[in-house]
Amino acid sequence: MFFIQLRDLFKSYGPVRALDGLNLKVPKGSLYGLLGPNGAGKSTAIRIICTLLAPDSGHVEVGGRDVLLEEKEIRQRLGYVAQDVAIDKILTGRELLQLQGDLYHLDSKYKRKRIDELIQRLDMHEWIDRRSGSFSGGMKRRLDLASGLLHEPELLILDEPTVGLDIESRSVIWELLKELRKKETTILLSSHYLEEVDELADEMAIIDKGKVIASGKPNDMKKGLGGDRVTLRVREFSDEAEAESVRKLIRNINGVSNVVVNQKQGYSLNFLVKSNDVISNLSSHLSKENFEVFALSHSRPSLDDVYLQATGKTLMDAELELAGKRDFKLENKKSMR
Amino acid sequence: MITTNPSIPKEKQSRNDLNQMLQEISALTWRLFIQLIRRPSTLLAGILQPLIWLLLFAALFSNAPIDFLPGSSSYGEFLGAGLIVFTAFSGALNAGLPVMFDREFGFLNRLLVAPLSSRSSIIISSVIYITTISLLQSFAIMATSALLGYGWPSLGGFLLIAITLLLLVFAITGLSLGLAFVLPGHIELIAIIFIVNLPVLFASTALAPISFMPEWLGWIASINPLTFAIEPIRMAYHNSVDLNLILINAPYGDVNGYSCLAILFILTIGLFFLIRPLLNRKLA
Repeated sequence: MFFIQLRDLFKSYGPVRALDGLNLKVPKGSLYGLLGPNGAGKSTAIRIICTLLAPDSGHVEVGGRDVLLEEKEIRQRLGYVAQDVAIDKILTGRELLQLQGDLYHLDSKYKRKRIDELIQRLDMHEWIDRRSGSFSGGMKRRLDLASGLLHEPELLILDEPTVGLDIESRSVIWELLKELRKKETTILLSSHYLEEVDELADEMAIIDKGKVIASGKPNDMKKGLGGDRVTLRVREFSDEAEAESVRKLIRNINGVSNVVVNQKQGYSLNFLVKSNDVISNLSSHLSKENFEVFALSHSRPSLDDVYLQATGKTLMDAELELAGKRDFKLENKKSMR
Repeated sequence: MITTNPSIPKEKQSRNDLNQMLQEISALTWRLFIQLIRRPSTLLAGILQPLIWLLLFAALFSNAPIDFLPGSSSYGEFLGAGLIVFTAFSGALNAGLPVMFDREFGFLNRLLVAPLSSRSSIIISSVIYITTISLLQSFAIMATSALLGYGWPSLGGFLLIAITLLLLVFAITGLSLGLAFVLPGHIELIAIIFIVNLPVLFASTALAPISFMPEWLGWIASINPLTFAIEPIRMAYHNSVDLNLILINAPYGDVNGYSCLAILFILTIGLFFLIRPLLNRKLA
């Protein structure tokens, strides 16, 4: 059963198309990761699910209800932790949580109990009664997470929850998310950190230019790449001709695919192997042509490889490319109401 | 320990819609007052500015022949009513600023994601807050002007002053909140506040009666909402409260006390209906 279903979502800001026919299905009780560079459309999709933004066209369903028709019902059921933490600097952390509790109409006794629970769980008791203007990024994020969880939502939505955070805050947040997942809370998380999605997500989607271009379980997606990644050198610094002849040789070995010569790394060879047996037999194949193994590294495919396969570039390259094109004025404007 | 329920059991929530709305309005209003208490400078500036006007302006014209000022025994006394209204007007004009900052800092999104029983709660809490501080500031001016010997109204006069100020504050607060949702940022809002504030004061009967003004300015002053608030208050200070008295000798005819209040009332309702669809769209 799917808790969130997005069908054919389109959204433009003037000439900029933020969502270009986005489709997404998030299973109930799962932790779902949206991976993509900044500016890919993750935040826009999340704002639409949170009822902050209406799509130009498309269908949005949360918990079996149409978000565009039953906004209030949806708001009661979801907790939202925004990308730019919006905290009133003048209020103390506890006052903010109290305000949040009143906005969700919690009964005062229950509100107090719940606030105490979350302060303890997120380890905030030392500073919660200070004015939040003095909080670090990690403290604000934890406070924001607590306010998102105050009313025990069925669905928790986090937009880039650990961007720029200290390690302690990050691990506190990760632990809490893992615990929530065990309790069957559906969690939707956007991130441009590969390891975050890899560590946390049951399922994930890669978003690029406002569309989902690949989705599935992170492990399946890594396996789907066709095997482990191997980097081979037959000499410390080969030349092009040597690398090319090695490439021709190993290309024909059963179980080897996607052989490329990496010119930037001293003409080393990168390829995928189906199983470890292929690697053990590699040196005997090479010695037939008087090559030897100078260095060999072997790694499980990472999400970065998945991303590379899906988009044709690494996530970091995509970030850099988009960084120059971003219109921060426009982005700020679209987040304002 | 951290649990998530499919839906919060009913007993953990406030009972009915009205209670829920009161809960969110009082929480939002309380937040604004906490801000005020911890950052009182705007409140103090709002009181100090008209006080300085009262002291300096009254001193500036203290030797002016007072026969020109109908019904007043000194310029300071004449000026008092104008500054009471000006204080409330300036305070209300600033109503949009907290909302604008909430928009800019994303705090408004926090409110909009919450299942508020009505989004009017955001507006209502701002109106309660601004009305309270505008009236406080105006009463501080009244108290000072009493201390300076410029008189104190009767009970009926006091009521008339309160009603007049409320009508004006509601209208201007509505306008400012409307602007806070239309303008792109606080710079623009502050610019408008700056541009509007003083000219509206000068083009009213706060500093001088219409008979002092050239005809064109007299026209402007006699359609200026501030004038319709100033004259009933001036009457409350000088005469017994009688709304049938002619308060403004406008170029287009005489205006009595009832008409002043009616005009302010129509202005408030009119602005409300003008701004409502806008807020509905922005807060939908």
